[in-house]
Amino acid sequence: MIYFDNAATSWPKPPAVAEAMTHFIKEVGANPGRAAHRQAVESGRIVYGAREAVCELFHAPDPLRLVWCKNVTEALNLVLCGMLHPGDHVVTSSMEHNSMMRPLRALEGPGQSSEGVEVTVAGCSPQGRLDPASVEAAIRPNTRLVALNHASNVVGTLLPVAEVGALCRERGLLLLVDAAQTGGAYPLDMQADQIDLLGFTGHKSLGGPMGTGGLIVGERVDETQIDPLIRGGTGSRSEHELQPDFLPDMCESGTPNVVGLAGLEVGVRWVLERGVGAIRAHEVALTRTLVDGLHAIPGVSVYGTLDPELQTATVSFNIDGMAPSEAGLRLDDEYGILCRVGLHCAPAAHKTLGTFPTGTVRFGLSAFNTAAEVQAAIAAVRRLAEGVR
Amino acid sequence: MTSEYAVVLVQSTSHAMRVEKLLRDGGIPCKMIPVPRHISSDCGACVRIQYGDMDAVHRAVAAAGIEVESIQAT
Repeated sequence: MIYFDNAATSWPKPPAVAEAMTHFIKEVGANPGRAAHRQAVESGRIVYGAREAVCELFHAPDPLRLVWCKNVTEALNLVLCGMLHPGDHVVTSSMEHNSMMRPLRALEGPGQSSEGVEVTVAGCSPQGRLDPASVEAAIRPNTRLVALNHASNVVGTLLPVAEVGALCRERGLLLLVDAAQTGGAYPLDMQADQIDLLGFTGHKSLGGPMGTGGLIVGERVDETQIDPLIRGGTGSRSEHELQPDFLPDMCESGTPNVVGLAGLEVGVRWVLERGVGAIRAHEVALTRTLVDGLHAIPGVSVYGTLDPELQTATVSFNIDGMAPSEAGLRLDDEYGILCRVGLHCAPAAHKTLGTFPTGTVRFGLSAFNTAAEVQAAIAAVRRLAEGVR
Repeated sequence: MTSEYAVVLVQSTSHAMRVEKLLRDGGIPCKMIPVPRHISSDCGACVRIQYGDMDAVHRAVAAAGIEVESIQAT
């Protein structure tokens, strides 16, 4: 079996991830931050250790400005729904996932009325590339936020977040980055890239389990301007019936997913030990082989930049005359290749790429994939394409 | 009579974790304990230190830029 659905969730995980999660369930078990007995303190240490690991990876200076969420979607919703008000203007891109687009469309209100948040979608090229000048051109006096994914979940194309980060600083705007597809797979530095709000997910290239993710709130963001998505017990300020107004507690109500965070910390430590640079180099090499191999097959269209340096290890393609759903089924049934087909929760991106509403076949690679697997997949696609012709 | 201990009171358990780690890394003995009821009604945790280390702890948290609510004798 060849697992090429890592853009949806990575598998396998580093082996120590499951061990850390089992250890928590069997040996620790307590609720962090709700008591101070030894097991509760140990549980709190696990949560704090995961904060430190993620902040080290993303060069975020203060682990207490990291808010745990159940996934990056929740992190993006926390910013969009918690910080924007009617009359505010947001610039986003035409390559966004619905985790960004749907909350923005909801905030616009019915019929994009003047009572809602205003949204400008900066258009990207048919390869999914964004020109920072088109973001700049979209800025208005009431622009408050620029919200971008770091890389497309459909074709892997990287967006120029550092250039847009510099632009945002110059123009006094906040930059929100969705790092779902790049965290752990591509170098990301909140300070150097001038990112104010970084949403990440734990279950992709960070190697952690599902149900983990978060938002890192940069120093330029006034946290009192964030309206929490939920309120409740935090283990702090228990004498008050009002929600705390400091990070991370203000946005972390209720018992956290400590078993997940135990795994996440180990996943991130694995990434840090191996090095994002080394992981990236491995994935670039695999992507080059895959893109070149697929591109050379008659009747196969590969989308995106076709340049591994400009994208992540996610490659989308179609076989002429074969629906993505059929290709996906046959790759699974006949070749044991597991991938995702269709629209990948990103209709705007498909419209940009010209693959709407058919969608694509998507191979999402990870640090655990090998050159032999890539060669086997290319051979499988070639046989499928030959069968059509 | 002066107590043998002091406590570092912080906003939350997450902050206490940060202080505990800083002090351990700096070789200053400490322990996370429930906030003593006579000091605060908060249900959270604080970091207990040796009374004689109060000045060193003040310096350490200030140098690290960690916000603490107070450091006081128990």
